[in-house]
Amino acid sequence: MSDPTHLTLSEARDALRAKTLSATELVEAHIAAIERAGLLNCYVTKTPELARAAAKESDARLAKGDARPLEGLPLGIKDLYCTQGVRTTAGSRILDGFTPHYESTVSGNLKRDGASMLGKLNLDEFAMGSSNETSAFGPVVSPWRRKKDGGVDDAKIVPGGSSGGSSAAVAARLCLGATATDTGGSIRQPAAFTGTVGIKPTYGRCSRWGIVAFASSLDQAGPITRSVRDAAIMLRSMAGHDPKDTTCVDAPVPDYEKAIGASIKGRRIGVPKEYRLDGLSAEIAGLWDQGVQWLKDAGAEIVEISLPHTRHALPAYYIIAPAEASSNLARYDGVRYGLREKGRDITDMYEKTRAKGFGAEVRRRVMIGTYVLSAGYYDAYYVRAQKIRSLIKRDFDVAFEAGVDAVLTPATPSPAFAMGEKGAADPVEMYLNDVFTVTVNMAGLPGLALPAGLSANGLPLGLQLIGKPFDEETLFALGAAIEAAAPKIELPDAWWAQ
Amino acid sequence: MSVDSALVHRIAHLSRIKVEETEVARLGKELSAILAFVEELNAVDVSGVEPLTSVLPMKMKWRADIVNDGGKAEDVLANAPEREDQYFVVPKVIE
Repeated sequence: MSDPTHLTLSEARDALRAKTLSATELVEAHIAAIERAGLLNCYVTKTPELARAAAKESDARLAKGDARPLEGLPLGIKDLYCTQGVRTTAGSRILDGFTPHYESTVSGNLKRDGASMLGKLNLDEFAMGSSNETSAFGPVVSPWRRKKDGGVDDAKIVPGGSSGGSSAAVAARLCLGATATDTGGSIRQPAAFTGTVGIKPTYGRCSRWGIVAFASSLDQAGPITRSVRDAAIMLRSMAGHDPKDTTCVDAPVPDYEKAIGASIKGRRIGVPKEYRLDGLSAEIAGLWDQGVQWLKDAGAEIVEISLPHTRHALPAYYIIAPAEASSNLARYDGVRYGLREKGRDITDMYEKTRAKGFGAEVRRRVMIGTYVLSAGYYDAYYVRAQKIRSLIKRDFDVAFEAGVDAVLTPATPSPAFAMGEKGAADPVEMYLNDVFTVTVNMAGLPGLALPAGLSANGLPLGLQLIGKPFDEETLFALGAAIEAAAPKIELPDAWWAQ
Repeated sequence: MSVDSALVHRIAHLSRIKVEETEVARLGKELSAILAFVEELNAVDVSGVEPLTSVLPMKMKWRADIVNDGGKAEDVLANAPEREDQYFVVPKVIE
């Protein structure tokens, strides 16, 4: 059989069940691909032996006809998920040497369903970033390259962030699918940048237990995959109630895969006029119009909607997320795990440990968060931002109450950029990447990003579908319709292979 | 809102992050840029709006008040940078 890393997750699943492929062959092909892809720097930690052992068990189960839903499928796990007995870094030096004695609920759910782990995927430090350039383990290189003068530009392109290792590994076929997390766009923006599919489910759909916390009221786990169907398959295993996370919802998990191919006739799709930002590029605007047309052709009804508080979402996010981060990251003090720097007293030890352990972006956000929560500023910043969050959520409530089933927007304001191109002089320039995704976290809604076309310089562009709370099924149905209509995005050949 | 060097030092200390003198000017500039970015929120009318406390209306689950996990001192201490018996060790706090 041809290279099994070129299969989608669902194709690999079907091939394993049809016994035209073994779990061991599938895992070995991926291990070999990862070995050749050091240049991309996707994996922070590789676990080939774990994957091989799991494949052996999977082959035995497949032979007995006792396959679990994800039997024998090798995945990459974002290194924000704690994995029992396997080093977990959060992309930070401050967790130096940390090996959890427990497994995050979501990665445990994937294991329970028969998936194996190829390794831990690189990310922006503590998931703070939009380009995977803030990782203590170095930046991830996107498998995509820009076109230039009829040839290829040598500039290294970012895979998006914070789940840049996840998006790059999936696009480069270094795993069948990957876990990711999304606080302001960290699943959807990297998916859009790499021509892959990513879904941030409704807040509370997946357990946050055992995932290193960034901003607890915004963080949510989700998959990045090469097809909408694959995302549906992975989410079904990842989602579900967990008594260890009180914000995790106790509601049955639907078989999302059944939504693939469902008719979208008569579904009402909202197109928010406030997302037509001043200066929105013609390329992105054109892609959006094209997406509207595809849904119309498939029988959906398009309505213009208004989400008047959209423009305040990003500034409000940059109060709420750093505030929660400063609180969550207080635990990294050099006492219970990770890095410790010696100091003349305990405060000096804390300060030196945190100065050495945190990178520049994390330090900035912890400091901003500390400031906006400090005495005298709490009401002016944090409480005000939480009120604005209510307004943002209300905008969506109004649209959904008026009969809109889902909302279509671009996923990002631009295609991927080259390393070092953004945010060096002004951190806010990087933050603007999340302008279309962050509202979804603020309102707790599900959002799906999927590839829809290529930019003039040959990089992928994505669309975003936003759904009602716990209506991921509609997103999968609509996403599958767009996927069927859109031109097929051919992932790059392995130019990086060594 | 401009963040001067005194404020950088105050925020850094509250954050328990040591800041070198050579970083202060740059940090002041970066923090000022972020605060300028969020400044526009002051113009939003939020009168009568309740702050959002939960993105979904959800009743918090209750459970019986009983020990359901624990007794794992070795697991808890396994990653400690410095330990003694079943304790984390820190620099002397009380003279």
